[in-house]
Amino acid sequence: MPTETLTVNGKVHHIEIDDPSTPLLYVLRDHLHLHGPRFGCGMAECGACTVHIDGQATRSCVYPLSAVGTSKVVTLEGLGTPEHPHPLQTSFVEEQAAQCGYCINGMIMQSASFLAQNPHPTEHDVKEALANNLCKCGTHARIVRAVMRASVS
Amino acid sequence: MNATISRRRLAQAAAGLVVSFSLPAGRALAQVNAAAIPTAGFGGKPISPTIVESYIAIDRRGRVTLYAGKVDLGTGVQTAFMQILAEELDVPFSAVTMIQGDTALTPDQGPTNGSMSVQAGGMQVRHAAATARRELLTLAASHLKAPVSALSVKDGVVRAAAGGSVTYGELLPAWKPLTLNVDNAAPLKSPADYTIVGKSVPRVDIPPKIFATFTYVQDFRLPGMLHGRVIRPPAVGATLLSVDHSSVPASVQIVRKGNFLAVAAPDEWAAIKAARSLKATWSDVQNLPDQDKLYDYVRSTQVARDQVSSAVGDVDSALAAAPRKLKATYEIAIQTHGSIGPSCSVAAMEDGVMTLWTPAQSSHNLRKQLAAMLNMKPENVRCIYIAGAGCYGRNGFEDVGADAALMAQALGKPVRVQWMRQDEHGWDPKSPPTVIDMEAGLDASGKVQAWNALFWYPDTTGNGNVTLLGADLAGLPSDGGMNPGGILNNTQIPYRFPNIKTTARRLASTPLRPGWLRTPGRMQNSFANESFLDEIAVASGVDPLDLRLQTMMDDPRGIATLQRVADISGWRHRPKADPHAAIATGYGLSYLKYEMDRTYVAAVAEVAVDRSSGAVQVKRFFIVQDCGQVINPDGTRNQIEGNVIQTLSRTMKERVTFDRRMVTSLDWSTYSIITFPEIPEIVIDLIDRPDSPPWGVGEATTAVVPPAVSNAIFAATGGRVRSMPFTPDVVKAAIPA
Repeated sequence: MPTETLTVNGKVHHIEIDDPSTPLLYVLRDHLHLHGPRFGCGMAECGACTVHIDGQATRSCVYPLSAVGTSKVVTLEGLGTPEHPHPLQTSFVEEQAAQCGYCINGMIMQSASFLAQNPHPTEHDVKEALANNLCKCGTHARIVRAVMRASVS
Repeated sequence: MNATISRRRLAQAAAGLVVSFSLPAGRALAQVNAAAIPTAGFGGKPISPTIVESYIAIDRRGRVTLYAGKVDLGTGVQTAFMQILAEELDVPFSAVTMIQGDTALTPDQGPTNGSMSVQAGGMQVRHAAATARRELLTLAASHLKAPVSALSVKDGVVRAAAGGSVTYGELLPAWKPLTLNVDNAAPLKSPADYTIVGKSVPRVDIPPKIFATFTYVQDFRLPGMLHGRVIRPPAVGATLLSVDHSSVPASVQIVRKGNFLAVAAPDEWAAIKAARSLKATWSDVQNLPDQDKLYDYVRSTQVARDQVSSAVGDVDSALAAAPRKLKATYEIAIQTHGSIGPSCSVAAMEDGVMTLWTPAQSSHNLRKQLAAMLNMKPENVRCIYIAGAGCYGRNGFEDVGADAALMAQALGKPVRVQWMRQDEHGWDPKSPPTVIDMEAGLDASGKVQAWNALFWYPDTTGNGNVTLLGADLAGLPSDGGMNPGGILNNTQIPYRFPNIKTTARRLASTPLRPGWLRTPGRMQNSFANESFLDEIAVASGVDPLDLRLQTMMDDPRGIATLQRVADISGWRHRPKADPHAAIATGYGLSYLKYEMDRTYVAAVAEVAVDRSSGAVQVKRFFIVQDCGQVINPDGTRNQIEGNVIQTLSRTMKERVTFDRRMVTSLDWSTYSIITFPEIPEIVIDLIDRPDSPPWGVGEATTAVVPPAVSNAIFAATGGRVRSMPFTPDVVKAAIPA
């Protein structure tokens, strides 16, 4: 069985896999048991599966494992922990910015990538940056507040 | 199957995942004799809704486990229930954990729907806790040799005024198990003494969701589990003619029963690829109506019955005599739940017992449905809740449970089935297409003399459950029928007119399998009622606020709610619309007494309408809610915000499309929902009434959104939008040239 090498959250993994074109999402979830990225649509439309590849927010549901190469993958688990949270994780908890929470992985990962490039955005900027991340519970207002809070901290 | 999974291993697999699950060590449970309990669950745990220990277990360390039949669908129910229990039992909030929706462990509190969790289920918990507290105080009085009146409790420690103390845990040896029925007359704490209820306790489920340690059903795994995917027919009602097994690798297993078709493989991506490549032939069926004539089709559907939901005076005579009449028809599109995480379940059949890990809103009802489908006894089916994504009603969560159970039964291995996006959008139960005819008769002075409303909805058949899709396809029973939800609610109006008639015309069928979608019927009905009232206000030259205040039934709380929203929105001083503006601004009002007997809501929408394109931006949304006692103010606001935004999405954008064969809006580009740039500023005011019973929160909010927006569009442009969603083409067509 072919073996692919994958660097995730700072660790190198050797993945035995039949089909190297398997989307990264399934490798992260089923082989590495990382639950941050989630399946939402499989078409890169909703953002629930977002991870960072070399710091860029990327939709892992359509990104083949074989395309990752030596790039470094970071999932929500690698972004921060309760002991060492990313500022967005702190602000999302403080703003209670979740309902079902299924989309929240994508909201945080997209925002983290965005804030790294735009540390002092306006509310309008944040809304535009998240325009392609979908939420059905209607948590948008809280999410925007959480991102704004993280941006000034 | 090679490696039979013992039930213990299944339980172990579940242990770390569900909620720190272990049977409480307290004597309250240890002495249980299973044979003595008619409604015993796993290990003799009582689950009868009338027994205190069905809800509450206390261990010697003072840890309290709350067993709830209601489940947290992402709405904060878990935290609210834990607050209610901790408050009434007088234990620290941090001492409480909660088990949800396990047919073997939790009482059947009914489905988690209708914004009834806190109002009904939470009050069962409150009374159970009050009963337990009274019993513990009685035991403490004996232990401390002091009268109950001389005892006080804090954080699970009972103290006597004259000295001495004992913990709840220390009292357990004296507790006589299973003798205590929930007593609704057990004394409740005074709200003035609350320290936990009424506070914005942070939701316990949010940090794990933010740090990716929360276990969704999608994350749940069993040893030896297969990944399943379903292959649905290419048309509603199509018959499966043949399956080409050579079209998928030999390692893929195919499950075929009637028109139910699915594949399974050890690797998830392999299962997905197999579902895509499997060649099957189906009969061609074109039974769906022409979408362009959907509402005509609704009117032409066979009528099952008419249900008169309210009648005052003689509407027909009053209409005939009225010098002025108004008529209008409102239409609401078919909509879908659109759960961001597609439906998923894991099923395992072992030792004659089917266990299903399910995100469904009613474990107990689903258990009965699965038992009917599998031809098993209900006691041999166990449903265990694990959260999924938000479902907003009866979406595909029950159906995917049927898929998983059928596959686990057929393959003899645990099977995890996750729907793909097109399965969810295409096949979950839909909010049905709705037509509402309104008619009013006004006297010469413009006063309403007659109100006549006719609501066209599919009928409710069977016992209230919606049939399971997999069972339907496989030709199996599933103990269900057709049910669009409680659509009669809020067909009635909270206004006093001399002659009123409201009728629900129940139809024998509807194009796509219906189910309840958040605020079923009430949202559609309120759209028609509150928009038509606005039309009457305009026709009679009365301010919409005054018309409501003048005609509302005697109801001080309703009046207070309306006046508060007028205050916070500046309704009395709202700017007049500029008829020459390219972007026209307007304000719209709506009001609701939810189901005519609970939560009050009033809303004002501020919209900006581009006259040339018909595009509408909702700028601000003001909402005031009186839901009685507020358990968790921030949780309540979270629900109100969420329901405003979700319903704006439904109001402005959401519409299921279909051709003659099946649904064609199968992804997020063809079924558009609201996005971040479209979110308005939302201003919420809660009227807290700590001494009143708590009422539902979420659904009531939903109902006021469409009419507030429709009325605002009219105020801005003079165009009356009566067809939902209010897409630019619909709005533009409504604006007078």
